[in-house]
Amino acid sequence: MAQVKNRLTPFFDNITFDRDDNELVLNFGPQHPSAHGQLRLMLHLQQEQIVKAHPDIGYLHRGMEKMAENMIYNEFMPTTDRMDYIASSSNNYGFALAVEKLIDVDVPRRAKVIRMMLLEINRLMSHLFWLATTALDIGAMTVFLFAFREREYLMDIIEGYCGARLTHAAIRIGGVPLDIQDTFLSQLKTFLDKLPANIKDYEDLLDTNRIWLMRMEEVGTISKEMALSWGCSGPMLRASGVAWDIRKEEPYELYDEIEFNVPYSDKGDNFARYRIYMEEMRETAKILYQTMDMYEKCVENGETALMAHSPKYISAPKIDIMTQNYSLMQHFVLVTQGMRPPVGEVYIPTESPKGELGFYINSQGGPYPYRLKLRAPSFWHTGILTDLLPGHYIPDVVSIIGTTNIVFGEVDR
Amino acid sequence: MRAYTPKDDVQAKAYYTDRYYVAPQVPKQEVETDEVFTADLAAIKGKFDVKEAYIQVKQMVVYINANDIYGVLELMRDELEYTQLSEMSAIDWLAKDNTFEIFYQMLSMNKRKRIRIKFFIKKGEAVDSVEKLFRSADWSEREMFDMFGIEANNHPFMKRILMPYDWQGNPLLKTYPLQGDEFAAWYEVDKIYGKEARDVIGPENRDPAKVDRYDSERFARLGHEVPKGTKITGNEPRVEQTYQEEGGVFLVKKFDKKSSVIVDDPQR
Repeated sequence: MAQVKNRLTPFFDNITFDRDDNELVLNFGPQHPSAHGQLRLMLHLQQEQIVKAHPDIGYLHRGMEKMAENMIYNEFMPTTDRMDYIASSSNNYGFALAVEKLIDVDVPRRAKVIRMMLLEINRLMSHLFWLATTALDIGAMTVFLFAFREREYLMDIIEGYCGARLTHAAIRIGGVPLDIQDTFLSQLKTFLDKLPANIKDYEDLLDTNRIWLMRMEEVGTISKEMALSWGCSGPMLRASGVAWDIRKEEPYELYDEIEFNVPYSDKGDNFARYRIYMEEMRETAKILYQTMDMYEKCVENGETALMAHSPKYISAPKIDIMTQNYSLMQHFVLVTQGMRPPVGEVYIPTESPKGELGFYINSQGGPYPYRLKLRAPSFWHTGILTDLLPGHYIPDVVSIIGTTNIVFGEVDR
Repeated sequence: MRAYTPKDDVQAKAYYTDRYYVAPQVPKQEVETDEVFTADLAAIKGKFDVKEAYIQVKQMVVYINANDIYGVLELMRDELEYTQLSEMSAIDWLAKDNTFEIFYQMLSMNKRKRIRIKFFIKKGEAVDSVEKLFRSADWSEREMFDMFGIEANNHPFMKRILMPYDWQGNPLLKTYPLQGDEFAAWYEVDKIYGKEARDVIGPENRDPAKVDRYDSERFARLGHEVPKGTKITGNEPRVEQTYQEEGGVFLVKKFDKKSSVIVDDPQR
């Protein structure tokens, strides 16, 4: 481009510019601490305002769908932990449920109750983690420490159950591997009794905090149409005025027996999403109290089964394997060759803490799925940044990424 | 006779299948068993050619012609209240009949129903982009292009999304090698040092479990440790194993149960 030498535009002897429209391309990430993982954003800026945003993903791509096509169904279960690693039991569960629908087995009630407890603990863990990291991004260090402290208690409970803190693999196709430990209910109850006071603490720190409000209110507003068009789900969708919760609308497990509300807002901005997360934590606590009662009823009624009975697809309980020849043979075949579900396909959505987590499985009757598609909510919650960021300023990028609650294990799979 | 392994499908295979085994089917129901789906299907049939339709695991599956996809999805969004495209991707049937099966997973929140729209295309054909109807298809179609090499007509930015832009091959094809191919082994060497450095550096090790006992730069054999970089002939001497604590390490004490406090309640 021709450079006109005058007093206002600086002239450079040996540099020629392709464009002189003052546009700056800023490369945000992939190692930016508030990119929540490996997100690279190419931001076209006019001054500090974003005119074009181009999210670039794939830095954590491990080819999980390809891996699934070359593993027997039970082998894939620990891999699902690595999707949304903040709430890994919900991935385990989504996959287990999809396979259960494919092979059409019914899970014993006690296992269902344990699964629901695990799912809701995972939801709390995920929401607390979200609150901690988002608050930290915006500068609220205290909330980060508080929320991580509470999350630690939950991780202790989960660790007592399955031995792992982050990658649980706590759910099996057809049920759960273990009954909850003796201290589970008492620890959970202690935690839940404290939780309202804890949530109150966070809200006292944030709700009327001037900095928090300036960074959150009227920032990152997603309209209802935009949220639907971009395939948003979970809190992202509920903050934009659609009261859609799969636990409520298409109930799985025993969610139809439980009373809870679906908080939603029609604001669609960062603050609405923050409020949704806080309210959801309260609802989750409500659900957990009810599941604890349900568990105690199961114990009273003497329901002890934890795995579905379906010899063709699911191994017998350990005591049978160790005492009965046929169970041992069947277990041997299932472990070495894997189960062979019927020919057909399912798409099963579940409400993970991030949104609609769906598993599409196409089975051709073999021990490996012919095609497995992981529908991870964060994938589209990252995509929406393309349309959401233009018009905002650089500091807003951080708070918007924060409230979209994207996890890159899930985006890149 | 030697087992025949087709070259057009390198996926893991079951090592044993009973020759009389007939796989059962996930049951399919008639569309007429569900009122909502019957009405939806009638609306689609009114304007477009429907090849097959059934209900499987509570969701309707509709097979249509490949070039009707934009029209069908527009009809579903505007008239049938299917406001969200949850998911779309492809299935590789190249080994069977040289086709891809494309599926679109639709959700109606008002009706609480899900429909899967499907069609087949031949290899090398493109699909019509539905990005104008559902913005979510922007990324889904890019992912499909990345993973299967299926292009979408009228897509605003048909580039790879998960793999690097200059990657060769489409990972989810059944012909894609599982252990990393020739190109993958040289990818980083070529990229960082250039092709001429291939002789110096050698191919990348694609086997994560590989251990070379003669490589004393990166591996140490327990019990036979030698200084780093020593040339190993195979007769390295046995090294006695000792624990650090026995010599006494500054600040590290042995655990004494009697003088320790054990906290029972983690939420103290």
